[in-house]
Amino acid sequence: MLTDITIGQHIPGSSIIHRMDPRIKILVTLLMITILFFIDTFIGFLLFLLLVIIILLTARLPIKRVLRGLKPVFFLVILTLFLHLFLTRGGEVIWQWRFLRIEEAGVFTGFFMVSRILLLIMFTSILTLTTSPLELTDGIEYLLKPLARFGLPAGELAMMMTIALRFIPTLLEEAEKIMKAQKARGADFESGNIIQRAKALVPLLVPLFISAFRRADELALAMESRCYRGGTNRTRLHELKLKSSDIYLFLLAVGLAVAISFF
Amino acid sequence: MLIELKDIRHIYQLDDPVVALDGVNLEIERGEFLGLIGHTGSGKSTLVQLLNGLLKPSEGQVFFEGRDINSQEVELKEIRRRVGLVFQYPEHQLFEETVARDIAFGPKNAGLSEEEIENRVREALELVGLDYESFKDRSPFNLSGGQQRRIAIAGVLALKPEVLILDEPMAGLDPAGRRKLLELLIHLHRELEITVILISHRMEEIARLADRVLVMDRGKIVLQGRPAEVFTERERLKEIDLDLPVVTDILKKLEEKGLKVRTDIFALEEARDEILSALEKQSQFRESRPC
Repeated sequence: MLTDITIGQHIPGSSIIHRMDPRIKILVTLLMITILFFIDTFIGFLLFLLLVIIILLTARLPIKRVLRGLKPVFFLVILTLFLHLFLTRGGEVIWQWRFLRIEEAGVFTGFFMVSRILLLIMFTSILTLTTSPLELTDGIEYLLKPLARFGLPAGELAMMMTIALRFIPTLLEEAEKIMKAQKARGADFESGNIIQRAKALVPLLVPLFISAFRRADELALAMESRCYRGGTNRTRLHELKLKSSDIYLFLLAVGLAVAISFF
Repeated sequence: MLIELKDIRHIYQLDDPVVALDGVNLEIERGEFLGLIGHTGSGKSTLVQLLNGLLKPSEGQVFFEGRDINSQEVELKEIRRRVGLVFQYPEHQLFEETVARDIAFGPKNAGLSEEEIENRVREALELVGLDYESFKDRSPFNLSGGQQRRIAIAGVLALKPEVLILDEPMAGLDPAGRRKLLELLIHLHRELEITVILISHRMEEIARLADRVLVMDRGKIVLQGRPAEVFTERERLKEIDLDLPVVTDILKKLEEKGLKVRTDIFALEEARDEILSALEKQSQFRESRPC
């Protein structure tokens, strides 16, 4: 149950996608997400899907893993589809039963919204699957640097992200341990209706939060005793350097984005 | 026979599978005090989680009173009530607002009546040496580490288990807390006749308390027997990087140097008397020799 969570999972590799500069990858992802919201034709979505598949293949990512990442939003997708189907009005009436009515515009927008959600998640999971958490936060830090002028603590934000990602597996492990301890006292996490199940989570969540806060305290102390004092003027072991191939790929992505948005 | 493990193999299915237990056979009698020692990662914790059905063995069967606990007919909740498991650092599982309510969690899950629950909470608290009236309404989070540990153990004792498994219950306690816990374990075993299974890294504790010691290494039980038997296998224990109890170690070294002492003693006071009397005998022997 807890192993379904795929956030922060990274599949190491040596493909051209893996080796791309994280800053470029983040920018391209942002660009593609923006484009995704401008596409409003079937051909546009088809082309975008094709692009995603091509990237998946060049990065040699296991398709199954990417599809599994879509599971958590399944409910959201279904809900979106139904809401649009029955509530968006416009065009010919396709189907009617009592007060329920499906109109043409509902079918189209429903389909478009669902495609957007799914493609968005697939594209961003390509980013997280091919980029190590460390590279990712480095990239974000670089990209946010210009905003430091306006008082945005870019270094601290990046550090927070790194720490958060680092502790996901630790907390999952902790959760499993507490769950077992409560089960040993007869707790039941698997049966009952939704309210009973939510209530059953209290003995899990309270100790989990307490231990998370305790860990945070200890980590802060450990960092301070090693003289961590914020991100300003910190130098790094691995400087990010743009390669010429990064720039070509970026230009290619911009070109593709413009092309897709014309359809 | 209370508990029986038959040809157990357990594999953790991760990205690369880990064999945690490999061919374990074990029989546990009612009323036994079993000590379990071994390295981190030797499979001790996995083994004890099989005993109350928290883990299902990949291969093999676990029997409780002759019934396979992973079969359809057996209610795991019942097994978990009768086989209490105290995890490492059990105070990390406390969650309720008051001590009494936290201890009542187990009995409540077992579906007992309000009155019975209150009785059990009172009994459990008194067993671990805390006064019911002064502790029941306090928040468990404002207590000292040692008190929290005892509350957590009371939470398991409130289920009145027939078997009590403790995974490193002394870790991180100060000497006083350690001694109190030790006394509690002796009381539970001798007076209440609970079958106790104790995992510990401290050989002294195991040697003093256990009727039978199991030594685990890389998923297998490599040695077992009475403490005196197991701790005579110094070479074998050294091979798997385990120490002898300090007292035994000293007695053995004295024996090697030629002092005639017994080496199956684990209590400090007894060892002191043994060494003193051996020294006396030796000096008498020397004095009686004609020059």
